[in-house]
Amino acid sequence: MTPIAEVRVAPGRLLAGPRINAEVATRWLVAFLRDELIERRGIGRAVVGLSGGADSAVTAYLCTLALGAENVYAFRLPYRTSNAASLSDAQLVVDDLGINERTIDITGAVDGYLQFEPDADARRRGNVMARTRMLVLFDQSAKLDALPVGTGNKTERLLGYFTWHADDTPPVNPLGDLFKVQVWELARHLGVPAALVDKAPSADLEADQTDEGDLGITYARADAILAQLLLGYSDAQLIERGFDAGDVALVRRRVDSTHWKRHLPTTAMLTNTAINEFYLRPVDF
Amino acid sequence: MGGSAAPSSRFNVAIVQAKPFKGRYAENLTTVGEAFAQIGAAEPPDLVALPEGAMTGYFLEGAVYDLALPASRFADDLARTWREACGDRPVDICSGFFENDGGTYYNSAVYLHVGERSHHIVHVHRKMFLATYGVFDEERFLSRGRRLQAFDTRFGRAAILICEDLWHAIMPTIAAIKGARFIIVPSAAPGRGIDGEVELSSITRWRELLRASAAEHGIYMIYAGLAGFEGGKGMTGSSSIVDPRGGVQVDGPDIGACVVRGFVDMREADLARASLPLLGDLQAVLPDLLLDDELPLPRAPQ
Repeated sequence: MTPIAEVRVAPGRLLAGPRINAEVATRWLVAFLRDELIERRGIGRAVVGLSGGADSAVTAYLCTLALGAENVYAFRLPYRTSNAASLSDAQLVVDDLGINERTIDITGAVDGYLQFEPDADARRRGNVMARTRMLVLFDQSAKLDALPVGTGNKTERLLGYFTWHADDTPPVNPLGDLFKVQVWELARHLGVPAALVDKAPSADLEADQTDEGDLGITYARADAILAQLLLGYSDAQLIERGFDAGDVALVRRRVDSTHWKRHLPTTAMLTNTAINEFYLRPVDF
Repeated sequence: MGGSAAPSSRFNVAIVQAKPFKGRYAENLTTVGEAFAQIGAAEPPDLVALPEGAMTGYFLEGAVYDLALPASRFADDLARTWREACGDRPVDICSGFFENDGGTYYNSAVYLHVGERSHHIVHVHRKMFLATYGVFDEERFLSRGRRLQAFDTRFGRAAILICEDLWHAIMPTIAAIKGARFIIVPSAAPGRGIDGEVELSSITRWRELLRASAAEHGIYMIYAGLAGFEGGKGMTGSSSIVDPRGGVQVDGPDIGACVVRGFVDMREADLARASLPLLGDLQAVLPDLLLDDELPLPRAPQ
């Protein structure tokens, strides 16, 4: 007897990472930027710190679509140890979009403080650089009557791979609900130069630093786990689906140890009118 | 013998897909008045539908207590705005609003008739399924409506379901059993799902719900979707009218304010029900279904 056909779950289906329809996402994010900047705040200009990586490049492309190239102000903010390729890659974006650009070397500002802290390790030095960059972006925003636009993606937010009250401070962020692999796909759709999309992502706070080296996992593997972890699957279920147990444990540990970085400072509650506990008003009210 | 539909069987609908500024009630009412003037200037509609939170925005948190109004006050404001824009031309208006009923607060929608010289409330529906999960937090601030009623309009029997009310298949079913021929759905739907084929997947879900409800019950669905971003959450607009066979008669954009125009023809509902008599079948079987003692229904003591 000839057996009848069997249909099974496609191999790898349960391990698939998050997907994105880049065209749909672009429409939505451009509308978001127009609404949040122009209509809600009456601000028609954006300031973007351009690092030479994919995230800030995508942000610049989206801001250009939303506001026009003449209203986007890109800032390259190198430190003396920054990779020269970061500057040149950022320039590719500026040239492609025709947006405004200014380079401000933060070495003097950073070293002006760190000279008093000669023993600061790489993590502390990196945090000072990140916070100095944000200081510059906010000040330039005030000067230009513009709004700083954030560039942080969902993966780094979930893994706590950012400097608190630095990378996360801009009042609007178009990429914060997109995993890194989705940002890459969006970047290709938007025409971000391949040099930025294909290179290993790096915070460029130390020599030869890469995100994936720091994290101990590739973005592709982390994002596939994160996408399902956020849906409530337990570690055991994720491993049963085929994910590596060590990867799952790493991702879970990073998420669970960084919830505080995704919140405002913890305030002691003493009254029944405590702000954001009892007194609740939306951000756009 | 064939025949054309009687003129009274058809009425024109305009959906004002509002994009309010958060909390600016008077300003938003003025903007809606401008939309009224636009739609009243040519081919004035018989019925105007507006979304959930049309004059305030949707995500209000504690500010809902600042902005909620008695239904009569909201109806007065809508009627005055219509008359200022369109004179004494009669119209029916259905709009979502946050209701203050003597210190109890609801997510409501009013249906009112505005006549040449006076207006009156035909019905107020209070949202029964308050979205309280994930990004939603309605029941923290609002009370549930307790009853789903169909009501008579000058066009025929209708019902209102607000947003999540429609996500429960039993709601349009009860509305249809109670005689509704068209259902108005004021909604504020924050978009999500970027892996959809052509649009956000939450929009696709809404389309499926509207089409399935319409086709199952042979009923018109008038969907009024809020537009605009609220603190990063983009309301998906997509106001539409779905005919009683489940076909999309007209369909608005997902982004931005607009007016969506279409019509309701009661004769179409009759024909749809004749060709697919599911509602009649349900009415016949429903008593047996409800006698099932495994259902969590209140029973009279034996």
